[in-house]
Amino acid sequence: MSQVSVKQNAKVELQPQGEKAEAKKEIVYSTEKVNLWYGKTHALHDIELDQREQEVTAIIGPSGCGKSTYIKTLNRMVEMNPDVKVTGKIYYRGQNIYDRRFPVEELRTRVGMVFQKPNPFPKSVFDNVAYGPKIHGIRDKKLLEQIVEESLKGAAIWDEVKDRLQENAFGLSGGQQQRLCIARCLAVEPDVILMDEPTSALDPKSTLKVEELVQELKAKYSIMIVTHNMQQAARISDRTAFFLNGEVVEFDKTDTIFSNPNDSRTEDYITGRFG
Amino acid sequence: MAQSTSVSALIKEKRQKSKRQKLENLVPAFLFAAASVSVLTTVGILLTLIVETAMFFSEVSFREFFTSTEMQPLNRNNPTFSILPLLSATLLSTVIAMFVAIPIGLTTAVYLSEYATESARRVLKPIVEVLAGIPTIVYGFFAFTFVTPVLREIIPILDRTNILSPGIVMGIMIIPMVASLSEDALSSVPNSMREGAMAFGATKFEATVRVVIPAAISGIIASFVLGISRAIGETMIVTIASGSNKNLTFDITQSMQTMTAYIVEVTSGDAGAGTTAYYSLYAVAITLFFFTLAMNMLAKYISKRFREAY
Amino acid sequence: MAMNYIDQEAVSRQLPKRIAINKIIRGLFFGSTLFGLVVLAVLLYDVITDSWGWINWNFLTSVTSFDAANAGIIGAITGTLWLMIIVGPLTMILGVATAIYLEEYVKEGRVRTFFETNISNLAGVPSIVFGLLGLTVFVRMLGMGSVVLAGALTMSLLVLPIVIVASQEALRAVPSYLREASFGMGATRWQTIKNVVLPAALPSILTGMILAMSRAIGETAPLIAIGIPALLIPLPSGLFDSFTVLPVQIYYWTIDAALNAELASLAAATIVVLLVVMFILNATAILIRNKFQKRF
Repeated sequence: MSQVSVKQNAKVELQPQGEKAEAKKEIVYSTEKVNLWYGKTHALHDIELDQREQEVTAIIGPSGCGKSTYIKTLNRMVEMNPDVKVTGKIYYRGQNIYDRRFPVEELRTRVGMVFQKPNPFPKSVFDNVAYGPKIHGIRDKKLLEQIVEESLKGAAIWDEVKDRLQENAFGLSGGQQQRLCIARCLAVEPDVILMDEPTSALDPKSTLKVEELVQELKAKYSIMIVTHNMQQAARISDRTAFFLNGEVVEFDKTDTIFSNPNDSRTEDYITGRFG
Repeated sequence: MAQSTSVSALIKEKRQKSKRQKLENLVPAFLFAAASVSVLTTVGILLTLIVETAMFFSEVSFREFFTSTEMQPLNRNNPTFSILPLLSATLLSTVIAMFVAIPIGLTTAVYLSEYATESARRVLKPIVEVLAGIPTIVYGFFAFTFVTPVLREIIPILDRTNILSPGIVMGIMIIPMVASLSEDALSSVPNSMREGAMAFGATKFEATVRVVIPAAISGIIASFVLGISRAIGETMIVTIASGSNKNLTFDITQSMQTMTAYIVEVTSGDAGAGTTAYYSLYAVAITLFFFTLAMNMLAKYISKRFREAY
Repeated sequence: MAMNYIDQEAVSRQLPKRIAINKIIRGLFFGSTLFGLVVLAVLLYDVITDSWGWINWNFLTSVTSFDAANAGIIGAITGTLWLMIIVGPLTMILGVATAIYLEEYVKEGRVRTFFETNISNLAGVPSIVFGLLGLTVFVRMLGMGSVVLAGALTMSLLVLPIVIVASQEALRAVPSYLREASFGMGATRWQTIKNVVLPAALPSILTGMILAMSRAIGETAPLIAIGIPALLIPLPSGLFDSFTVLPVQIYYWTIDAALNAELASLAAATIVVLLVVMFILNATAILIRNKFQKRF
């Protein structure tokens, strides 16, 4: 794969304006004029967004605004729906992922995803986490054990499950299941983690744990998180994008969005006047 | 006047009401009677089989029936009774059938549930299911007049009646059953499992083999077991195409007689009522009955016991 | 990156192979799905070529005969019709009544579990065993002999579970608000069933009935077990006449084909007739389903 030339190109093109400190953080994902149709429904309009390394980007907006759809275009999971058409360009580290020659499996080994509802496999805790590495060719049992342990530690669930690694994952609580899914995701050593409303099915206590975890993970991964919870976005993200009716109304540093938004619709939304 | 009409109307209404009430009470009784027919059928089957089998075992010992290897029921001088040759034929034909039905049925199910587009599914599924609607007598004819001659070109030592050809055709007959029950099991695996698997970069095949099939495994195995039960009870294909040789053998090129085919031969032949050969029919049938019943209950147990609560 | 156990280069190197495997598997499984279609085509080709030139008016209207050239299947057709005339209404009444009893009266609990377990076990009993039941009870014990009524009763018991299960599903598909609306107007349970539930469920019940009938006309083994004769000349004209049916006719011609190859052609011709009848029945069932399919 000839990564280099494209990469440079993208980097120059998408140089963030302003602050020097930020310029050092490389852009992982950049989205150009992305439009998406479900059959005849035009669900995303000209989306333009960047995701920087080691940052958390939050995507907020009322339900049905296209935020989940958008995040699923980033690892092309949106194609699991029949009848989907995507136009525009999405660059992951400089490569257009909608290029026909780009293998989607490769993309997905680099970009992990955590779903709205915890979706552990009906297997043991251990096998859930070892699943990804096994697919990617790791057979050595010792190595697998190591990966499982580190991933579970990384997802802050090791202490809770270390004595029940061989039990069925369905026996865990909802919050534990979600952190297990995060561990499962870490085990394939992703570069980016996409989270699609990861706490919407969890109780407040588990939500807090996942939020803390996101903050920790930020040191090593780039994270994009869709959330319906504005406080959550404010608490954990560096940048926030506000989606409305399939469009990006505003995308800026989280502080700016929540203290001094540009667009009146953003203000209306975060002050709870609609949605 | 007005008063009297209203009174008579009232009486009339009351009468109607009591009539209606009577009907209301009669209906459940009638319905219960209808529902009892199916229970009586089971009782009838069990009683018939048990009583006549008891008659059989008053003449032939348990030991002879289940451990000897000679089956010569119509031999005038020295009739012998052993279920083993029939069991070996049933076992062989079932194994051959499942060698055809399991791989093709399961892969068909996976294709329809995991790979096919919605429109392809709508076309392909009914075609596969047509195979289930073809009468077994037609399959028997097909095995005897087409499959056997073709196989004999390839395997010259194959007898004109043999257990291989009907076994294969029986497998074809069972494909739709395995395919459609397995497909049900596969499609009841929630999409979030597939998404979870594919979000790591698993190919569709890897996601299917490592996540979807394991998640649906109870339903899939239950479909195999039901297929086996069907194969054990299948009658016409083997009756027509595998002949009536009652040898205890595991040579699939030979003519063999299954339990079901034996029942057809004896009932359509000249074993008169009251002879030992006639009673042997029921001993064979009760064995057949319990084999299929056990398989059906096993299938139900598997799909209940190991069902995952997603 | 957090850990460094997975060699991303190796993953990339292996990927084309994994994707190729997926493609190959996809092709293989598609081929396997088509296998059924191929077998179906070969089977039909075999039957049609074997029967070519044998199906004509004479064949459809003549009685059977030792002489293949003059043999016909009017006897088997009449017998099959007789069977249908009895099996249809009988199983419909018994099957729908049982379904109503289970769905509308018993509803939950042990009684229902008992009946349903029994029905599903009965559905798994091999048809030949039903044949033995018919032989023992109807033919021998009640002394009917191998007549229309004995065959029809045997066949009715065989397909009854199918009709019951189909009717149960049809009744279950009727939404409860329809029942509640009827009860709300002061209707009794039976009035509600008769006037609201049954009419709504009727198309699905009929579809199930027709499919059960198509199973019944294709069944062979139980009728052979009750002793239908191999060669029967006179046509049945009543419940207590001897009879034969299409599949049994096919059976006897097929096993005798070794002696006389023309009999195989007769069998194939009869198969074509049987398949056509079944096709018409199934097409009717699909038509009814499509025409009356209501999304409640």
